[in-house]
Amino acid sequence: MTVDTKRCVGCSACVIACKTENNVPEGCYRDWVVQETSGTSPDLQLEIRSERCNHCQHPACVTACPTGASHVNEGGAVLVSAHKCSGCKACMAACPYDARFVHPDGHIDKCTFCLHRTAGGGLPACVSVCPTGALAFGDLNDPDSPVWKLLASRAYEVRHPETGLEPNLFFLE
Amino acid sequence: MGTFSRRQFLKIAGAGAAAAAVGSGLSTRWWGLDPDPIPDPGTEGDRVVPTFCELCFWKCGVLAHVRDGVVTKLTGNPDHPLSRGRLCPRGAGGTGLLYDPDRLKRPLIRVEKRGEQQFREATWEEALDFTAEKMLAVRREHGPEALALFLHGFGGSWFKHLVKAYGSLNISAPSYAQCRGPREVGFYTTFGSIIGSPERTDLENSRCITLIGSHLGENMHNTQVQELADALARGAGLVVVDPRFSVAASKATHWLPIKPGSDIALLLAWIHVILKEGLYDADYLAKHAVGLDELKKHVSDKTPEWAWTHTTIPPEKIVETARFIAGARPASVIHPGRRVTWYGDDTQRARAMAILNALLGSWGRKGGICIPSSMDIPEYPYTAYAHKPKAPADMPKGSSYPMADEVLSSGVCDATIPGTSEYDIRAWLVYGTNLVKSLPSPARVQEAIQALDFLAVVDVLPVEIAGWADVVLPECTYLERCDDVYAATYKVPFLAVRQPVVEPMFDSKPGWWIAQEIGRRIGLSDYFPWKDSTEYAMHRVHAAGYDCDDLRRTGVIVGKAPPAFEEDGLELTFGTPSGKIELYSGQLRDAGFDPLPVYTPPEEPPPGMFRMLFGRAPSHSFGRTINNRLLCEVFAENEVWVNDRICAEQGLTDGDRIMLVNQDDARSGPVRVKATRRIRPDCVYLVHGWGTKEKGLTHAYGKGASDSDLVTRFKTDPIMGGTGMNVNFVRLERV
Repeated sequence: MTVDTKRCVGCSACVIACKTENNVPEGCYRDWVVQETSGTSPDLQLEIRSERCNHCQHPACVTACPTGASHVNEGGAVLVSAHKCSGCKACMAACPYDARFVHPDGHIDKCTFCLHRTAGGGLPACVSVCPTGALAFGDLNDPDSPVWKLLASRAYEVRHPETGLEPNLFFLE
Repeated sequence: MGTFSRRQFLKIAGAGAAAAAVGSGLSTRWWGLDPDPIPDPGTEGDRVVPTFCELCFWKCGVLAHVRDGVVTKLTGNPDHPLSRGRLCPRGAGGTGLLYDPDRLKRPLIRVEKRGEQQFREATWEEALDFTAEKMLAVRREHGPEALALFLHGFGGSWFKHLVKAYGSLNISAPSYAQCRGPREVGFYTTFGSIIGSPERTDLENSRCITLIGSHLGENMHNTQVQELADALARGAGLVVVDPRFSVAASKATHWLPIKPGSDIALLLAWIHVILKEGLYDADYLAKHAVGLDELKKHVSDKTPEWAWTHTTIPPEKIVETARFIAGARPASVIHPGRRVTWYGDDTQRARAMAILNALLGSWGRKGGICIPSSMDIPEYPYTAYAHKPKAPADMPKGSSYPMADEVLSSGVCDATIPGTSEYDIRAWLVYGTNLVKSLPSPARVQEAIQALDFLAVVDVLPVEIAGWADVVLPECTYLERCDDVYAATYKVPFLAVRQPVVEPMFDSKPGWWIAQEIGRRIGLSDYFPWKDSTEYAMHRVHAAGYDCDDLRRTGVIVGKAPPAFEEDGLELTFGTPSGKIELYSGQLRDAGFDPLPVYTPPEEPPPGMFRMLFGRAPSHSFGRTINNRLLCEVFAENEVWVNDRICAEQGLTDGDRIMLVNQDDARSGPVRVKATRRIRPDCVYLVHGWGTKEKGLTHAYGKGASDSDLVTRFKTDPIMGGTGMNVNFVRLERV
């Protein structure tokens, strides 16, 4: 997934759409918006990022999970099988993105890239709702996918590259 | 396939896509094969009903997904020109209103003194009889004009009709004199047309967009923000004039952190530079405009150096931005703004913005300001209004605001205080607007309310004004009712329908039914011949020759747009007295006002005080959404923005709780400080609508500060009666 920080206005429609799409409990978030100010007035900069699980290539959360609940599915999305999860929070400690939370039902929960939608060719709810078109989703290996095109043509960065986890959430600059 | 390990798979995929920007990665092709799938949350629903939103007044098309009779989620209607398949957070969060446990559930009748909030539940029969009896008494004793209707929102049309049939023209919305009114008059006197809503800007084709205090992106009018984002992605320039480093400012090519209240000085200096350097569209002006010579003379001494002293914007920056804006003409638009009731000279500021648009040749041009169209649909036939009412009472006795083209809510409120206007208002019907928060000067509003014979409130939530009512009539939400058909005036004309998604909850009723039932009880049955709102709306659609089934199935019928721009062959016409763009306004001159905008410096904040500015958050529509639990998950309460250096001086740190105390010793409730570089040191900023004192709003009660409580003063625009509210100063007091 790509997040275009130039387009994003930080409205949080992505958060509301995710919450209603996935019945995310009150006080819990699978995605969220960060605003960071830098510079000195009048030369200020504001970076706005819609954040979520980075579905890392080498997910520390999966390595840390003692029960196998946290796993990588066939397509590369990092998921939690609720019925295998003991709620031990080892994955939460391992995640540098703070992308996981304890669901009131006791298991760990997080972004699924709306697998129930995307498996059938749809878009995640956050991407679908985004009024500024800041979010794009697709197959990183498909040159016809919007994310491939964006990453081929735009400068981008990832959060916490130093961890070596190879995150799959790309922030376009 | 299931036998591949993940690493094998990635290796294969990586080899097949050597050009992939990031090497191996996520591949959606393989999804669905997971042996341990994630359960589908099932929110897609068993049926989808198209309707349109009422969380703000942009009226986006939404698709309501319903499962087992419960609305699970709201998504954007891809066919609707105002949503294009996408929604803002409020639109997506409408279920938070529908399922708000604090909703008004049953009619209420006051049992104690007004304002003491002692109510008893009543049946609809009793509440409607009571309302009818009071309305008849007002008409009998004082004439029908003594009843005023205040309204906000699309469902208000039913009550407008009721009050017109009853015989009063005192029908007003605070969205005029407290919001966009000055801009309408400023543009009307210049171009002969108002801006209207949705704004007729063509941002998607703009090469340069200039925002004067407008905070698009935080003001989240869906399509407008979509267009802004698209324009920026295309490389359009953006100039933002704002004392605050707004979200829009953060995306701007030029941010001008102007001293609050000095916008007219900047605009005149820009006009000066553009005229002096010959950067204006001379052919366009020669063809369409009058008054260029007078304008040139008027701004000859309005140099960037002169403006610098007022605005604090360096002269070279003024020159640079003037050239930048003019360089993109005619696809360069000075956005007219939305809430523009700031300093009492707001019509003149809007005039300066309109003049600048004229110099850029942007009116009627692509990337500028379009000429919108609408689909013509006949009225539902009903008996002509019998009574010829007196003119509205919204002007003070012996004076007037000659250019006002709508009724002034603030004026009608004043007319309720006996002896203020030509005649007294004795009763209010209030639909969907919390006047306690939307009108300036809370003390004056309270005085007016206490002078009333009768106050009826129709609303979805127990907002403050409902606490003052004699009778409270609980309306169902927009997701539970059909309203009139919406024939938009937009660059693409369309019809949209609001249809009930689920049955009304509790004992709430749709507005059309409430209005009709009151009408029946006061002898106005002839004016309400329709079976219900669906029959009403569909009758109109059918009479216009459109397919009702089609409309109900898709939620929208998009018409064919006639040319909206001169480039497309549109012949531009102007509804001004001269039939031309009036740079110099003879109309204003004849009415005794400055024919060209004049800058008057605003009053300075006293030492130790800061000008209080207020605006919007993308996830809220002023006080209407503060109790929406879903939306509060992303914005739980407002904070007061204070410059970080000021915080350091006053020993305040981010997150401290303080009170705001204004020049008249009005105090806010405790509010958290946002210590930030993103605002000038001479002002503070609040998101409007918070700090409710209404305990019935259990989620919002006690959260944030009320800017409205601090607007004890306002400055009235002499041209059209708008109430400039950015004239209050506050100091910061520790809790």
